[in-house]
Amino acid sequence: MRKLGSAAAIGAGLLVWALGSTPGAEAALDGATVTGKVKFVGKAPANPVIDMSEEAKCAAKYTTPPRELIVQVNANGTLANVFVYVKTGLPADAKYPTPATPVEIDQNGCMYHPRVFGIMVGQTLAIKNSDGILHNIKALGKKNRPFNISQPTTMTTNRPGFAAVEVMLPFACNVHGWMHAFAGVLSHPFYSATGTDGSYSIKGLPPGTYTIEAWHEKYGTQTATVTVKAAETKTADLTFTAK
Amino acid sequence: MTWWLPPQASTFAAPIDWMFTAILIITGITFVLVEVGLVYFVIAYRNRPGRKAFYTHGNTRAEVIWTAIPAVTMVILGLTSNGLWVKIKGRNSVPANAYPIGVHAKQFEWWFTYPGADGKLGRVSPELIQETVNPTGLDRSDPAAQDDIVIRNQLHVPVGRPVVVMLTSEDVIHSFYVPQFRVRQDAVPGMNIRVWFEATVPGTYEVGCSQLCGMSHYKMRARVFVHTQAEYDAWLQQEAAKAKGASTS
Amino acid sequence: MSTAAATAHAVHAHHDDRSFVRKYVFSTDHKIIGIQFLFLSLFSLLVGGILAMQIRWQEGFPGQPMPLGKLLPETMASGGVLLPEYYIELVTMHGTFMVFFAIMLLLVGVYANFLIPLKLGAHDMAFPRINMASFWSAFVAGILMFASMFVPEGAARAGWTMYTPLSARHDLSGSSLGQELWSISIIFFGLSSVLGSLNYISTVINNRAPGMTWFRMPLSVWALFITAILGLLAVPVLAGAAIMLLFEQILGTHFFDPGAGGQALLWQHLFWFFGHPEVYILILPAMGMVSDLVANGSRKPIFGYHSMVFAICGIAFLGWIVWGHHMFVSGMNPTLGSTFMVSTLLIAVPSAIKVFNWMGTMWRGNIQFHTPMLKARSADCRGSSWPRRRWTCSSTTPTSSSRTCTTCYSGAACSRSSARSPTGIRRCSAG
Repeated sequence: MRKLGSAAAIGAGLLVWALGSTPGAEAALDGATVTGKVKFVGKAPANPVIDMSEEAKCAAKYTTPPRELIVQVNANGTLANVFVYVKTGLPADAKYPTPATPVEIDQNGCMYHPRVFGIMVGQTLAIKNSDGILHNIKALGKKNRPFNISQPTTMTTNRPGFAAVEVMLPFACNVHGWMHAFAGVLSHPFYSATGTDGSYSIKGLPPGTYTIEAWHEKYGTQTATVTVKAAETKTADLTFTAK
Repeated sequence: MTWWLPPQASTFAAPIDWMFTAILIITGITFVLVEVGLVYFVIAYRNRPGRKAFYTHGNTRAEVIWTAIPAVTMVILGLTSNGLWVKIKGRNSVPANAYPIGVHAKQFEWWFTYPGADGKLGRVSPELIQETVNPTGLDRSDPAAQDDIVIRNQLHVPVGRPVVVMLTSEDVIHSFYVPQFRVRQDAVPGMNIRVWFEATVPGTYEVGCSQLCGMSHYKMRARVFVHTQAEYDAWLQQEAAKAKGASTS
Repeated sequence: MSTAAATAHAVHAHHDDRSFVRKYVFSTDHKIIGIQFLFLSLFSLLVGGILAMQIRWQEGFPGQPMPLGKLLPETMASGGVLLPEYYIELVTMHGTFMVFFAIMLLLVGVYANFLIPLKLGAHDMAFPRINMASFWSAFVAGILMFASMFVPEGAARAGWTMYTPLSARHDLSGSSLGQELWSISIIFFGLSSVLGSLNYISTVINNRAPGMTWFRMPLSVWALFITAILGLLAVPVLAGAAIMLLFEQILGTHFFDPGAGGQALLWQHLFWFFGHPEVYILILPAMGMVSDLVANGSRKPIFGYHSMVFAICGIAFLGWIVWGHHMFVSGMNPTLGSTFMVSTLLIAVPSAIKVFNWMGTMWRGNIQFHTPMLKARSADCRGSSWPRRRWTCSSTTPTSSSRTCTTCYSGAACSRSSARSPTGIRRCSAG
């Protein structure tokens, strides 16, 4: 009788422990969402014009002179290419499974697409060359081992995942010095990069209080604090001001 | 005699090619004589029944002759080519009125700085280097730099006028090489090297990087345009307007 | 008692008790060490050759998948198509393997080891154990260099001349561990080369058979002796430069970093100060052997033996003051360009003397076209590689060395006698 009781207690304990330590499962069940817009206040500075005249194949893909989109202000007054992610607030021991699908970055028209993106630690990065001309991809990680590889023709290279969290890891091409991209390498999947509508959306958060940080390559960072309950959707807007 | 060499497009090309051809003829004649001699000896002195080799340890007079003739030839070649070397590479031989163009080499692009209307190149500083916006590190606060025009992978020079290239490198050793000008000079980080030439034939040529500088070294090329002075002035004005337009847009 | 002991000793003298390892692996016998060097250098020649075939593929069929290319990892050849960074590794490692591990080991390690004692009438090298150490350090160097091709990010990528800053900075070349292993391997190679040179020089100075004066030595031994002096003085410069490069790569020193007070050109001066004597290290042994073989093939003494010795010494001496001819457009002071040009022109003179003397040797000779002679004749034209036929020499006249029947690996050992000895002609038969 006592043996059965202790077995049941152990079994119940194991069940609770199992349920408690799969945050993914928990998140799926009752994940909260934080969403919002990244606004831009002030006059947007002119982006530098890129001289692509000596790269005919890429220059041909543009009807107006291409610019390096350092500050991309959308029509609705929001900022694109802002990396928004959960900086603090997640349980310290939480482990999130690395997605099997790779994150893709494409070199098209001698520009990286996307310019700003997120990737999880250990997740494969698929680097695509759609231009068919020589590009070299230099990842200038400080916490991650830097790499420098080339792609002489149309091809895709699958790079094994990064080992360390790094916000942000810059990419550059040396053959075309204007090409830049930035990757936010995180150990959790709670990130989002703003696009042409300036909005971000982070889903599947467990209930709690979080610091959300928005990173822009020129304007630095802005933070916001958000508290969410299970399955709740909260809005948190962030604003960058022109300097 | 030089049809198989690259076309001659600078004032250096003809003297260099002449020197090259002269050396080729001298060494060519020597080569033919030695080879013919070798073949003749091998046939004439081959082993035949009853033949004996002629026993000798040498001949001092022969040694002296075939030491003196090459030595004198080398001295003559040295003296004639040194004059040309000094004229091309000598630090003091850059013409005083040479038109300055800044050439900044980096993995894997060539950046050319034109002095604009004031004819002077502005100060550059490596700390100011910023991709896309300021790839050569031009110090815009320097008055001489205000009208400088910076262009990627295109070298424009006027014909018939000495040009002096101020060669710099950002990272590793590159080499500025235009075969038709017979001009080649390594760009070394930490050094500011002057290279001068005078283009003689309008046309389009190519600068190739000729010192291994990394994995995309093979693609590190720029186009060279040699214009008449009038065309060059027009081009420069056009570029100045473009630069002005870009900075205010 | 003493007679019995003497007999027992005599019996022992002809029975080798040593284990296989002591006899063939960690051997101090110069012939075994020569063969060990032979295997190492032939393997390196194979490696260098395979690398060259891949270079040729890229030259001939760029952008097309190479046969067996799919066996290469994606970082080297994407779908069998060679990537630019891999091509540069190929070029770098081909040069490195061929110059250091194939030719130097073959011409110096094999020929010097095998031939010097035989041709001098010495019973072994002056320092047999140092000789063994010389081989095993070369072996370690070879392993490290071979391994550098299989590490993450691949082999060294700055050309076999390793110009800095490209070779020193991993962020600029894209290769890190491979570059460092190159430096370490070259340091071991330097050790091997210096130990070998010490041995060859000591043996030639001290271990000549009685009656063999300096000017009775075969020209091939003269050439190997002068080569060893070049090696002794030049290779440590390379090793020192490699140590500086290694420090730059792993310790963050700034010898070659202009931003911190160093100079990019420093590497070039150090490397070519080694590099020019190096090319004479590569060619002098061959020239020495051509002299011996042409003399043998022509059945005449070499024409102008003393001039030939002085020519070898002249080439070697002048070889120290021409290194700047690899740096004419490097950015060094153009005045140095003038001085190096003068010395480079001068070095053509002793080289010309050698060619004319070979012709003088063949003049009015009785030329036999045995294989070594054919090779020497073509070397006369263009310096080809050496035959490796096995010769068995039997002497009609006892020589001063203890052996009258010698198995040698080139006709050269026999030819010395035939050219110089007035008393007998050694019969050389190929086997």
